[in-house]
Amino acid sequence: MSSKSNRLYQMVFVYLCLVAFILVVMPAAATAEYPEKPISYIISFNPGGESDVTARLQESHLEKFLGVPVNVSHKPGGGGAVAWSEFQRTAKPDGYTIIGVNIPHIIGQPMLRKDAGYETNGFELIMWFHFTPNALIVSKESPHKTLEDFLAYAKKNPKAATVGGSGSFSANHLETLRMERAAGVQVTYVPHTGTGPVIPALLGGHLTGAMGYSMLGVQYKDQLRVLAVAADERVESLPDAPTFKELGYDIVGGAFRGVAAPKGTPPEIVAKLANAYSETNKIIAEKQRQLGFVMTYATGKDAYALVDRMKKNYEGILQEIADQKKKQ
Amino acid sequence: METFFLALAELADPAIILIVFAGVSAGLFVGAMPGLTATMALAVLLPFTFTLTPLYGLVALGAVYMGAIYGGSFAAILVNTPGTPSSIATAFEGYPLSKQGRALEAISVATVASAIGGIAGVLFLLFLSPPLAKLSLRFGPSEYFWVAMLGLTLIASLSEGSLMKGLLGGAIGMMLGTIGVAPIGGETRFTFGMPVMQGGVEMIVALIGLFVLPELYNMAAQGRTALGEVTVDSKEKASFWSVVVRVFSKPGNLIRSCIIGEIVAIIPGAGGNIANLVAYNEAKRASRHPERFGTGVIDGLVATESSNNVTVAGSMVPLLTLGIPGAPPDAVILGVLLLHGLRPGIELFTTSGVLTYAFIVSMGLAALAMVPVGLLGGRLIYRIIFRTPYYFLVPTIGLATILGTFALRNSISDVIIMLILGTAGYLFKQIGIHPPPIVLGLILGSIAEVGYVQAMLGGAAYNYPILRLFENSLSWVLIVMVVFSAAWPFLMGVYRRMQLRRGSKENEK
Repeated sequence: MSSKSNRLYQMVFVYLCLVAFILVVMPAAATAEYPEKPISYIISFNPGGESDVTARLQESHLEKFLGVPVNVSHKPGGGGAVAWSEFQRTAKPDGYTIIGVNIPHIIGQPMLRKDAGYETNGFELIMWFHFTPNALIVSKESPHKTLEDFLAYAKKNPKAATVGGSGSFSANHLETLRMERAAGVQVTYVPHTGTGPVIPALLGGHLTGAMGYSMLGVQYKDQLRVLAVAADERVESLPDAPTFKELGYDIVGGAFRGVAAPKGTPPEIVAKLANAYSETNKIIAEKQRQLGFVMTYATGKDAYALVDRMKKNYEGILQEIADQKKKQ
Repeated sequence: METFFLALAELADPAIILIVFAGVSAGLFVGAMPGLTATMALAVLLPFTFTLTPLYGLVALGAVYMGAIYGGSFAAILVNTPGTPSSIATAFEGYPLSKQGRALEAISVATVASAIGGIAGVLFLLFLSPPLAKLSLRFGPSEYFWVAMLGLTLIASLSEGSLMKGLLGGAIGMMLGTIGVAPIGGETRFTFGMPVMQGGVEMIVALIGLFVLPELYNMAAQGRTALGEVTVDSKEKASFWSVVVRVFSKPGNLIRSCIIGEIVAIIPGAGGNIANLVAYNEAKRASRHPERFGTGVIDGLVATESSNNVTVAGSMVPLLTLGIPGAPPDAVILGVLLLHGLRPGIELFTTSGVLTYAFIVSMGLAALAMVPVGLLGGRLIYRIIFRTPYYFLVPTIGLATILGTFALRNSISDVIIMLILGTAGYLFKQIGIHPPPIVLGLILGSIAEVGYVQAMLGGAAYNYPILRLFENSLSWVLIVMVVFSAAWPFLMGVYRRMQLRRGSKENEK
C-alpha cells in the first residue's frame, strides 16, 4: 500500500517538476531571439513564374541572413486569391509564415470580386522588392514601328487592334485601359491565362500587340519589339525602348512584387525580415536587372505609401469597372 | 556538325551518366505516385540546379521529366490509377492485362514503348525543330477551340457502353471546369461564397479522385488486392526480347503514335495528357479489331506510352527555338535556362550549341536508361503490390493519394474536393458513367472556353465575331477532322451492318 502511494507521490512530483520546467522555459522561449525555427514562404502562383523564380533566387541568401531554413511552397489558384484569403484567415502572426504579395492584384481583386476573401490592408507589409513595368510590345514582323504607328492604327480602326495580356483586371489589363483613355483610342484587350501564352499568340500573328511586362522585351529580344515602357525612366536592360512619359502619355504602372506577414506580427520581427530581404535584394540585383526587373527597396512606411500611390493610380479605372459590373 | 560532336564528347562523363540514372529513377518514383507530377518534381529540383553547372542541371531536369512521364504507367497498369495525367489511357489496356496475370509483360511493353517514344521525341527535336516551331505558332484561339472540339469527339470511343452516358460524363467534367475564377474575364463562378473555391477544381485533383478512389472502394468492398490471384503458365511469360519484337512488329502503330505525340506536344499548353488519349483513340480506330480494345490490347498500350514520352523532348521544340513552353513542366526548364543566362532562340543552337545539343542528346540517354531502371523497378513495384494484402494496400494507397493531393497546391480543400469527387465517381461508375469522359471534359472544357472567348474578342471589330473561328486554313483542317472523327463511329456502324447483311445474304445462298 505504502509503496503504491509512494509511487503516486513520485509521479505527482515528476509531473509538478515538468509543469514548473515548462513555466520557466516557455517565457524564455517566447523572448528568445527570432527566428529559431524554419520559416515558411508561400508563393501564391505556379512554379516557374516570376514570383517563384525570384523566391528561388532569394531562398539561399535569406537563409544565410536569418540563420534558419526558409521553405518556399506554392499555393496557386484564383490569381493568387486562394493563398491570400487563406493566409489572412489562418496564418499566425509570429513571423514564421510569410507570403509573396503583388500589386495591383491585392488592390484590384478585393475591389472587383464579390468574395475575394481577403483585404488589401489585411497584411503586415515587409517589403516590395522589385517592379516589372508594363510595356507595349509587338512582334518584330509587325508593321507598327513606333507607339505612334500603333495608336494611329488603333484610332483608324476602332476595336480592331487586339492587345493581349495576362489575366483580367490585372496590371496588363488596367494599363491597356489607361492607354485607351490617355490616347483616346479603342482597342480590344484579350486576356490570357498568364504571360506564357501571350508570346506564341503574338509571334503567330494572332494579336496586334501585347501589354506585357518589361522582361519580355529582354527575354525575346530577337522576336519582339518594345514600343513603350510604362516606367518613370528607361529600363536599364532595354536602353532603346522609350517610356510612355517621353512620348507624352502619363502612364506609369506594372506589377510590384513583395512579401508580407500576417496582420499583427510584432514590428521588430517585421523589421528583421525586411532587413534580410533588403540585403538579399542587393545580392540578387545584378541577376534580376539583366532579366529586365527594376529593383525596389520599399520597407516600413514606404511600403504602405506605395500601395496608397498605386491605389490612387488605378482607383478611377477600377471604380469605373466596378460600377459597370453593378449595372450588369 | 562540329558542335554536335563536341556535345557528344561532353556527355562521355561518368557524372552525366550517374545523373541520368539517378534522375530517371527519381522521376519514375514521382510519376508512379498519383498526385506527384513532373512539373512539381522539376520545381523542387530547381534550387539544386543552381549549384550545378548548367549542363548537369539541365541533364538532371530532362532525366527526371522523362522518368516521371514514364513512371505514370506503373500505377496505371498495376492499380488502374494513372500516376500522371499522361497515362490515363494506359490504364484502359494495362490494367486488364494485369488482371490476366500479364502485369510484367504490360510493364515491359510500356517500358519499350516509352523508350522508343522518348528517343523519337529527341529525333524530332534534333532534326525538325524549325518547321515544327513554325507550325506551333499557327495555333491561335480559333485553332485551340477546334482542337478542344476534336478532343471531345474522343468521348465516343472512350465511353464504354452507352454513348449517351459518355456524353453525360463529358458534360459533368466541363461543368466542374467552370468552377473558380473564369480564365477570361476574371469573374468568380460557382464558388458559393467560399473564397477557397476561387482556385477551382484542379485537373489532377479530379484525376486522382475519379480514378483512384473508386478503385480503392472496390478493393475494400470486395476484399481483394489490385491484382487477383491468377496463375500464369510459365510458358506464356514473355521474355524481354519477345516483347521488343512484339512492339516493333507493328511499326505503323508506333510511327502514328509518335507523330501524334509530336503534334500535340508542339501545341503550347497541351502535352502528354492529351497526346496519350488521342494516340489511343487512333490506335483503336486503325485496329482491325477495335472491339477488343479495353480488354488488354498490346497495341493500345504501345500507342499511349510511346506518344506520351514523345512529348518530353517534343514539347521542347517551341521552348528551345522560341522560348515558348510546349507543356507545363517546360515552364520550369525555361526558368532554369534564363537564370543561367541562356536565352531561347538561334543563339541557343549556335553560341551555346554544345550545351544545347548535349542537353537534347542526354534526354535520349534518359530514354534508354528507362529500360534497365524500369524493368528492375517495375518488377519490384509489381512484387510489392502483388504480395501486399488488400488491408494494407488500400490504406497505404489511400494515404498516398491524400498526401499527393495536398502536396499539389498545399491545400486541404483540394483533398476535400478529391474525396467528394472520388465518392461521386464511385457512384457514377455504378450507373455506367466512367471517369475518362469526365476528366476529358474537365481538361478540354477550359481550353475550348479560352479559345472561343479569345476568338470572339479578336473578332470584336467584325459584324459577326463568330466568323473569326472559320478564318484560317488550319482551322478548316481541324474542322474537317472534327466532322470526320465525330461521324466515324456511325460510319463504322453502317459499314458493319452492310457487311452483316451481305454476309447473311451469302449464307442464304
